[in-house]
Amino acid sequence: MAASDRTVLQFGPSSAVTSNITAKVHPLVIFNISDCYVRRPDQAERVIGTLLGSVLPDGTVDIRNSYVVPHNEFSDQVALDIEYHHTMLKSHLKVNPQEVIVGWFSTGLGVTGGSALIHEFYCREVPNPVHLTVDTGFRNGEGTVKAYVSVNLSLGDRQLAAQFQEIPLDLRMIEAERVGFDILKSTSVDKLPSDLEGMEVLMERLLTLINDIYKYVDDTVEGHAVPDNSVGRILSETVASLPKLSPPAFDKLVNDSLQDQLLLLYLSSITRTQLSLAEKLNTAAQMP
Amino acid sequence: MANTMARSFLQVAAAEEVAPPLRVVQIEGLVMLKIIKHCKEFSPALVTGQLLGLDVGSVLEVTNCFPFPIQEEDEEIEADGANYQLEMMRCLREVNVDNNTVGWYQSTMLGCFQTAELIETFLNYQENIRRCVCIIYDPSRSNQGALAFKALKLSDSFMDLYRSNNFTGEKLREKNLSWVDIFEEIPVKVSNSALISAFMTELEPDTPVTQRDYDRLQLSSSPFLERNMEFLIECMDDLSVEQQKFQFYYRSLTRQQAQQQSWLQKRRDENKARKAAGEEPLPEEDPSNPIFKPIPEPPRLESFLIANRIANYCNQINGVTGQSFSRLYLTKALHDN
Repeated sequence: MAASDRTVLQFGPSSAVTSNITAKVHPLVIFNISDCYVRRPDQAERVIGTLLGSVLPDGTVDIRNSYVVPHNEFSDQVALDIEYHHTMLKSHLKVNPQEVIVGWFSTGLGVTGGSALIHEFYCREVPNPVHLTVDTGFRNGEGTVKAYVSVNLSLGDRQLAAQFQEIPLDLRMIEAERVGFDILKSTSVDKLPSDLEGMEVLMERLLTLINDIYKYVDDTVEGHAVPDNSVGRILSETVASLPKLSPPAFDKLVNDSLQDQLLLLYLSSITRTQLSLAEKLNTAAQMP
Repeated sequence: MANTMARSFLQVAAAEEVAPPLRVVQIEGLVMLKIIKHCKEFSPALVTGQLLGLDVGSVLEVTNCFPFPIQEEDEEIEADGANYQLEMMRCLREVNVDNNTVGWYQSTMLGCFQTAELIETFLNYQENIRRCVCIIYDPSRSNQGALAFKALKLSDSFMDLYRSNNFTGEKLREKNLSWVDIFEEIPVKVSNSALISAFMTELEPDTPVTQRDYDRLQLSSSPFLERNMEFLIECMDDLSVEQQKFQFYYRSLTRQQAQQQSWLQKRRDENKARKAAGEEPLPEEDPSNPIFKPIPEPPRLESFLIANRIANYCNQINGVTGQSFSRLYLTKALHDN
């Protein structure tokens, strides 16, 4: 398209709105996308799919789920299996009617020409779709996840092009944290840790943390390390937040709780004995 | 020559029938996250879903899953549910996901999942699939910091017995089957693809303390323990009801036997009298007499399930109290310092 050199590209008035949009991505989405990428058919270079989620009242887009849609990509044409997309959408909506389309994803770094076409298609489904790119090729030496929205560039009254503007992305890893990164990180974990083992690991970590803090405080006092006021303030707040109870009151509290727990433990052992008795009664009774 | 080869092939094919026993269930991290998300979203309602994967030797690999929509009790929705399942499987097949059902998952509230319906579902699945597991996830226990995933399967001996409907005391004693033997828990292994592990390593935040640690260090475990105790007490009540049923049955059985004996005695006396009088002796059995009617034995399945549930609650209580001990000692040590 010809553009004279004195026209000015105007960013549409919607840019003020888009700058407020942020996206939050749940770890499940990344898992799903990686899994689909690993399973893609041999001739496809990237995978494309739909993002499901909801728009929170403060404008952030919460991306919670995703599914991949088969597509074919030629030099500058893209064919998306629309029927598949609608079928999957219907199935997902049956399970969770609150998760609606909020955008689409593709693997690979950057946005290509074909993406604009796909984005247009999604614009027809949802007013302002978010485009997520997940770089599975690790091209920059790290896996980058970026989110974009499209902004219409207009020249006067004419629509010129759509620009993909990056929006801030928040990776909420809280669920992944809950499961435990050590389980999710390694390629194979031999068994799920039981309660007490997890407690043990936790204690060790706490111990290392406390040791680190001790060392830091010692170093600062002796002048080896640069004192940082904010860190010092945080430390003093933490120490002060321990509730101030007189030792006898605290002891009584702790001992009471201990006694309660012991009582429960005793009760459960009695119940188990009762169980084995009951079982004997039920099955071992012989009739003459 | 061809004969021997054919025979050996047949032999091999016949030998394949004996599958190695299931030792480990290997779940992908993706499946775990999906299950956790689905169960948490709908808690406290109980939800189910289907597991897909591969059955390889002694390992059952679960590579994907999809949730079932919550179904209202309606006739037409039955067909809908089956349709939904077929559609999902078809769509997933198109994107190269393993299309093989290997079981189902369900969420539970504080561990009361051992019900007769579970056994029914297991048997239904077992008809079509040779090996299936059920994964139970407990979101309320996971809030305490432990990851409450369990893979269950019905033990073979129990299944045979149940199918033959021979669930009487005699048979149970024969096979030495007790309530412990109904469900078998299979150890769970987690595996992730290399791409995912690269991503997670990349995206892991730097803080050494995670949300999970916060959950674990919570001092207030009493609401959880209270609910556990409530369920335990209810189960004990149920157990005592079942035991009363057994007592009643035994009592009536003894009474019936006594009656039979006295009736038999009377008959014998009568017969003696008749013989003395030269008449035909009456038969010593009288199937139409109601005291000979066999009394049905009360089903033992329910009491077994209750026993299982109680054991589960006890285990949970033990686990949580163990954790609380450590926490309390920790606070004590901190306070002393």
